[in-house]
Amino acid sequence: MGSVSIPLDHVLLLSALLFICGLLGLMMRRNIIFILISLEVMLNSSAVAFVAAGARWGQPDGQIVFMLILAVAAAEVAVGLGLVLQIQRRFKSLDMDDANRMRG
Amino acid sequence: MILVNLILILLVGGVIAWISERQHPNLPRWIALLVILFDLGYLCAVADLSWSQIAVVPNPSDATTWLFHYKAEWIPRFGISFELAMDGLSLLMVVLTLVLGAISVSSSWTDIKQRTGFFEANLLWTLAGVIGVFLALDLFLFFLFWEVMLVPMYLMIAIWGHEGRSYASMKFFIFTQVSGLMMLFAILALVVLNQHSTGVYSFSYFDLLGHNVGGDIAYWLMLGFFIAFFVKLPGFPVHTWLPDAHTQAPTAGSVILAGILLKTGAYGLIRFVVPLFPNEAMAFSPIALALGAVGVIYGAILAFGQDDFKRMVAYSSVSHMGFVLLGVFAWNTLALQGAVMQMIAHGLSTAALFMIAGSLQERLHTRDMSKMGGLWQNMPRMGAVAMFFMLASVGLPGLGNFVAEFMVLIGLFKVAPWVAVVSALVLIVGAIYLLIMMQRAFQGKPNEGLRLSDYGGREMLTMAVMIVGLVWLGLYPQPVLDTAQPVLDSLTRLVVEVSEAASTTDIAGAFP
Amino acid sequence: MLKLLPLIPLFPLVSSIILMVTLGKLPKRMVAILGAGSVGMAALITLLVGLAFMETGQPHHQVLWTWMRVGEFSPDIAFYLDGLTLVMMSVITGVGFLIHLFSTEFMEDDNSFSRYFAYLNMFVFAMLILVMADNLLLLYLGWEGVGACSYLLVGFWYQNPDNGAAARKAFVVTRIGDTAMAVGLFLLFTELGTLDIQPLAEAAKSQWEVGDTLPVVACLLLLGGAVGKSAQLPLHTWLPDAMAGPTPVSALIHAATMVTAGVYLIARTHELFLLAPPAMLAVALVGLITSLMAAFTALNQHDIKRILAYSTISQIGYMFLALGVGAWAAGIFHLVTHAFFKALLFLAAGAVIHCLHHEHNIFKMGGLRTRLPVVFWSFLIGSAALAALPLTSGFFSKDMILLQAYELPGVGPWLWVGGLLGALLTAMYSFRLVFVVFFGETKMEPDKQPGVRMAVPLSLLCVLALVGGFFALPLVPLASAFPVASEHHPSHLIEGISIAVPLIGLAIAYFIFLGGQWKVDGLVNSASGQMLRKFWFSGWAMDWLYDKFWVQPYKSLTHLLRRECMDDIYNTIVKFCQLLYRVFSYTQAGRLRWYATSMVFGMIVVIALLQGVI
Repeated sequence: MGSVSIPLDHVLLLSALLFICGLLGLMMRRNIIFILISLEVMLNSSAVAFVAAGARWGQPDGQIVFMLILAVAAAEVAVGLGLVLQIQRRFKSLDMDDANRMRG
Repeated sequence: MILVNLILILLVGGVIAWISERQHPNLPRWIALLVILFDLGYLCAVADLSWSQIAVVPNPSDATTWLFHYKAEWIPRFGISFELAMDGLSLLMVVLTLVLGAISVSSSWTDIKQRTGFFEANLLWTLAGVIGVFLALDLFLFFLFWEVMLVPMYLMIAIWGHEGRSYASMKFFIFTQVSGLMMLFAILALVVLNQHSTGVYSFSYFDLLGHNVGGDIAYWLMLGFFIAFFVKLPGFPVHTWLPDAHTQAPTAGSVILAGILLKTGAYGLIRFVVPLFPNEAMAFSPIALALGAVGVIYGAILAFGQDDFKRMVAYSSVSHMGFVLLGVFAWNTLALQGAVMQMIAHGLSTAALFMIAGSLQERLHTRDMSKMGGLWQNMPRMGAVAMFFMLASVGLPGLGNFVAEFMVLIGLFKVAPWVAVVSALVLIVGAIYLLIMMQRAFQGKPNEGLRLSDYGGREMLTMAVMIVGLVWLGLYPQPVLDTAQPVLDSLTRLVVEVSEAASTTDIAGAFP
Repeated sequence: MLKLLPLIPLFPLVSSIILMVTLGKLPKRMVAILGAGSVGMAALITLLVGLAFMETGQPHHQVLWTWMRVGEFSPDIAFYLDGLTLVMMSVITGVGFLIHLFSTEFMEDDNSFSRYFAYLNMFVFAMLILVMADNLLLLYLGWEGVGACSYLLVGFWYQNPDNGAAARKAFVVTRIGDTAMAVGLFLLFTELGTLDIQPLAEAAKSQWEVGDTLPVVACLLLLGGAVGKSAQLPLHTWLPDAMAGPTPVSALIHAATMVTAGVYLIARTHELFLLAPPAMLAVALVGLITSLMAAFTALNQHDIKRILAYSTISQIGYMFLALGVGAWAAGIFHLVTHAFFKALLFLAAGAVIHCLHHEHNIFKMGGLRTRLPVVFWSFLIGSAALAALPLTSGFFSKDMILLQAYELPGVGPWLWVGGLLGALLTAMYSFRLVFVVFFGETKMEPDKQPGVRMAVPLSLLCVLALVGGFFALPLVPLASAFPVASEHHPSHLIEGISIAVPLIGLAIAYFIFLGGQWKVDGLVNSASGQMLRKFWFSGWAMDWLYDKFWVQPYKSLTHLLRRECMDDIYNTIVKFCQLLYRVFSYTQAGRLRWYATSMVFGMIVVIALLQGVI
């Protein structure tokens, strides 16, 4: 444990900022790669919050959840990139709006 | 058990007909015909009815006085049982169903070429459902049959129908389904409210007859039942499913639809709406009579405007079935007898007109009357038959329709003279469209180049059955009247008793 | 003997059914024997029954079976025989047989020979039921039955759409009257509780006072039925068009029997009418106005059958006049004599048409007196009787009507004057017909002569038209149900005028149409003359009026409604559902970012709700 401790509020603020960045990216970007990156950012922002909270209460749970999120993110990226490949192959584009086949 | 067998024979027969198609495509037709005739024979032979038995006035609230009664536990927790019963009215309806069933099998003999097995199976299952409706006296079971008969009918229109079949079958299904839903609500509410006062759940007709639900609620419940039957009847202004369904259905489908299915609505009005809610029904009767009279005239006017032969006959059904509504809501024995007669006579005459329409379509590949003309020359037998049924529909005395319409009107005149006068105008407007139909299809300049095969033996036999039936109904309807009389007597007496009781206690509460 | 009564309608019925079922497969000879023979048998039995009836003179009532019985409503299939019925039956079977016999030759070349006799026999059956019925419902059966047969026979040559139109018009227009009659039956049953004619009359007499509203309404409704069937104003327009049928049909149905059913109905229910003096007056006025109007029209027609048709309307008007003034027996007497001479005229006209290549226009005929002598004498005798020249049958009956009309207190003399004017016109148009067709120069050569089967009925009817007055007169008092008219005789002057008027009419016709002493061309060709002529020719423009005010509006109404406007309601519901569907499906467009955004907003709203911000 270091003597310098970062206040929890700051970490949570960082986490929130990261989450909003990711969310905005998710909502704004059309490129599926960027959407995936945004998703990663959002996942990691919540992971940061978990770690900080675990440190605050001196509990290991926060870090365990972080591990879980890591695993989920890995799996998600794997599936997501697979989809990216398929979409690229089928639509010759990485624009998600081009992949829209549902008629409104 | 007799009643259960009546339905089972048809259900099992349907399955056999379906399977038998693998042996030979013609086999299902024979099987269907034999099954229906066997069922009819079974009813006549096993039932062993005598007039003295029929003449017993059944007590509506005592099942043992009915001709047959069958009851088995089904879902005892909610008071639902498998309860079938037959009295004179349902006997007439069941016989009509079976006769018209056999006729419709004959009418589709050459018409249906694909998947005959499944077609005949659907036909038999529809009949089974209809007979179930006529026999069921547990409201839950009644509702079940009510819905079940729709499905095979829907399939018949949707698979073997004409060019606009998907629209027509969907419309038919939605109209009847929505109205059926209202009846379901009404049934459930009635049972629950009845449970509140008596403490037991029961769906049995006999238990519910004496229910003491009153006031506005009862009026709404009555409307729930009424709408379901009114749509099926069909009454103006919810009749619009009928022209489409009839026009698009295959001939046998039209015959069953017009001949039998519409009668379930009329039967429901007589059996359920008025006996279950006598005061409310009587309070509602001015509206019902007005709707009936409008329907009678409206149907006749619209029929005049049609080019499509089948559509014209369909509108004539709207017009004729309006008389049933008038007869039921005039609610005296004369008018009720007329309504019952009308159900039978209309079943025969309209079925025949639909068969003629079907055979014309089979030969000419069109139903458009503007493309016909002078067909009498080509097909004198069909022309003569068409002339007969046209005159029957016009209400020529000596034929069944006249007896029915006259009795309805004369009974109605006692209750509501002006409604009767307005409805009597159909004698004129009805004649107009039927005569013009005859002119456009069979009279006028013949097309000499046309080679058409006239009616053969099978068709003439089928038609002869209906002709004899209508003449018999027209000249000696007494057996039919005697069969229905005890039932109608007991129902009218019941209503009189209830309304008298209401007038002594609290008449104001019964009317909204 | 009286028990044979049901056999009378049974013979034509059975014959008709046989002819219908065999569908024209029988040889023509067989059809002729069956068709005419069955009516002949019926006539024979009628004679036997009639003789048996005259021995006792007591009405005979015979129930076959109960038609339908519901509570107190229990009409029977039952027959009632009294003098009136017997008179009618004799006319129907007797004249009917002669016309059937005539038809066997007239229709010989027609392909649908068998169908013709099937319909014609069915008609005789229905007409017999009409007059024999003991209750009004069975009468209504016959009433509608004859209407249907008339429809079938007018449209017999169905290949021509005009015939179909005429047939439909005949059916629909009479149906209007029938509907009024049906409502009348409802009213009578509701008020009096029975439809059996004799009990009905008793009940009416005991329950209603003379001049009550109900009997007046009921009688006016029955009058509506009679007016329709008997082609009186305002429902007369179908009869001239109904001439599209074969001529013997016109003779039987549209002259001798069916069109007089209205007269029979009123005579049969006269006890009701006696309770309703306003209705009686209406009957008389309808009759008088119709007879004058039709006579004016007949004067202007040039189709031989249409002239006869209008003259039929006019003569039935006389019968109505008779009924209206309470001269029941005179009305029925005129019915009988009219059946004789009008059937004769129609058959003679049929023979003319038959021999002249189906020519109907009288101005294309002429000089047939020498070419077709049998027909000429028939026509002459028929016209004489129609014009009521002294000592012919028509003279007795028409004279009786006019004198009894004069007797009526109040309006009587006016009715008499109207009737006289009608008689004058009758003589004019009937002899105009004779002079134009049979005198003058020959314009067309007949290609054949009437054979035996035409000549025999014509000659027999000639005899009846001449001496039928003496022959039928004794029958009339047999209609014992009628109240006896007063025995008071009007002055000789009145009688003399009545006799002289037809002769004056004959003279006028002679001077104008044959002698040529009176030139009327100038008068006719003047503008007003032409207009009047056109007006009369069109039957007082009644057809035009009805077309304008009934047919066209009804057609536009159906055209307006034809596309099921009720469906618009349901289509609106469908449209509404489709709108909702479009709105909602827009949100389900498959756009990923849109989903994410809406999710975020959704979460914000949920959190805000949970936090109680909103």
